[in-house]
Amino acid sequence: MDQAVVWLTIFVLSVFVGIEVISKVSSTLHTPLMSGANAIHGIILLGAVLVTGATTSTVWLVVGLVAIVLAAVNMVGGFVVTDRMLQMFVRKRKPPTKEDPPPATSSAAPTRGAPAPADRPTGSGGAA
Amino acid sequence: MPTWVQLVYLACAVCFILALKGLSGPRTARTGNIIGAVGAVVAVITPFVYLDLHHVPLILLAIAVGTAAGVVGARRVQMTQMPQMVALFNGVGGGAAALVALSELHELLPRTGDGGDVGWFTLAATAFTILVGSVSFAGSVITFAKLQELMTSRPVVFPGLPIVFGAGLVAAVVLAVLTVTSPAIWIGVVLALLGLLVGVLLVLPVGGADVPIVISLLNAFTGLTVAAGGYVLSNVVLLVGGTLVGASGTFLTLLMARAMGRSVSNILFGALRGGSTLGAGTVSDRPVRSAGPEDVAILLGYADRVIIVPGYGLAVAQAQHTLRELVDVLGERGTRVDYAIHPVAGRMPGHMNVLLAEAQVPYEQLVEMDDINGEFKHTDVVLVVGANDVVNPAAKTTPGAPIYGMPILNADEAQQVVFMKRSMRPGFAGIENELLFDARTTLLFGDAKEMLGKLLNAVKTL
Repeated sequence: MDQAVVWLTIFVLSVFVGIEVISKVSSTLHTPLMSGANAIHGIILLGAVLVTGATTSTVWLVVGLVAIVLAAVNMVGGFVVTDRMLQMFVRKRKPPTKEDPPPATSSAAPTRGAPAPADRPTGSGGAA
Repeated sequence: MPTWVQLVYLACAVCFILALKGLSGPRTARTGNIIGAVGAVVAVITPFVYLDLHHVPLILLAIAVGTAAGVVGARRVQMTQMPQMVALFNGVGGGAAALVALSELHELLPRTGDGGDVGWFTLAATAFTILVGSVSFAGSVITFAKLQELMTSRPVVFPGLPIVFGAGLVAAVVLAVLTVTSPAIWIGVVLALLGLLVGVLLVLPVGGADVPIVISLLNAFTGLTVAAGGYVLSNVVLLVGGTLVGASGTFLTLLMARAMGRSVSNILFGALRGGSTLGAGTVSDRPVRSAGPEDVAILLGYADRVIIVPGYGLAVAQAQHTLRELVDVLGERGTRVDYAIHPVAGRMPGHMNVLLAEAQVPYEQLVEMDDINGEFKHTDVVLVVGANDVVNPAAKTTPGAPIYGMPILNADEAQQVVFMKRSMRPGFAGIENELLFDARTTLLFGDAKEMLGKLLNAVKTL
């Protein structure tokens, strides 16, 4: 098989996989998902390293180093900020360590409010 | 390339698929993100192991600088500023892709032309990466400026903008073709500059409310440039990672546009066609009914069923924590309270969920629009905090309104509606909300945090 066709095959299959894996995402997670996807394309850092590591001219070394800095910001910052966001979705029992902690009376009580009635799904509907 | 390297790259590509898969479910999201990060780090380390790279100390230094900047930015950013942070990270990624492609074009030049082994498709992919990467970079910078309020968030349209934009686009396509037929570095550089121009002109006319969609779209663009870069460099991780982001990003953009009842082309080019994507933004002087916190406390304190509609105003006032306390107190009094989350509440789809999660609101109390819209009929009081457009009935009743067709929360069906607002200024879309003047509506003017605090105290003394 022609090498270009091999690449095309990978591309087309990846398109379908990309759509399929996120097709059921709830709108609750749109922001972290976008942020996580954003971090994944930071993998251009790998490309920047490959190009910079192969160059012998000073001009292109500088261009490559700039690309590496930018790509590293994208990749590392993207994953860190996504993790920070997702941390908040995890229900922890320990008191918050923020600068402005809510009063101790209600810091971590998980059972509050009237119990959710059974006549509706508990907030995890699909993104119809 | 040794076989083991190819296998490592394959594993990294699988990590990215698992990362996206994980990120689409609340329980698996954090693990998914970590899997993605591990895949990315392993992929970046690999060439240091199997290749004899030049300039290794400088490369490591550059990575360290970028990492430090990324970590500091990611840790310092406030949750309310998340959309512009994502825009900025996306922009630098696009810029990096464009620079990589320019550099690669320089490497490819000696192998092009007659007798060269570089095919036209490789050159086309290079041109694509240079152009779209630059568009993504410039567009993201403008998006960042709009959201950070470094410039007006209203659409910027000047006479002749469509012509300049069209000319820039045509010139870019011509240069892209030239890159393939007679490649030269200066063509690549001009192509990048044109990309910057097109990126700026693409985003300038977009109104503030639509900016999140544009972020998502530019994110998909950057994904595709990285995929094209992967083809040029014959690297499967870049190809798969970039394609995944490009495809899922495009899909996500369409989902979001649908949640707002808009088409992507209308968002991008609506302002160019004359009709602004924003309304007049004038302040009405029609009479409204306003009340003090004590009156509203009585309304809320003796209601059986209350629905809170949080908006960006809540986040700006940093009032999430006070709101959660109020809901806790109401819950203890036996009132059933839920939060109705509009898909585009905040400045980005799903943004409100992140903000409320930060305030430790239980996930179960956050109810999505489709699940809660039937319940407003049976609701005693709807408390709208810092939101406006997402409950504006004009989306259903006024065909000429900029938000017409956008699905809204049916707050107008409730017995009583309380708006907590700073002023009578219209919402982000700049149009008047008829619901404010309804007989069942009460307005509580003031800063959300201060007013919620007063409301909280008043409810406690009931």
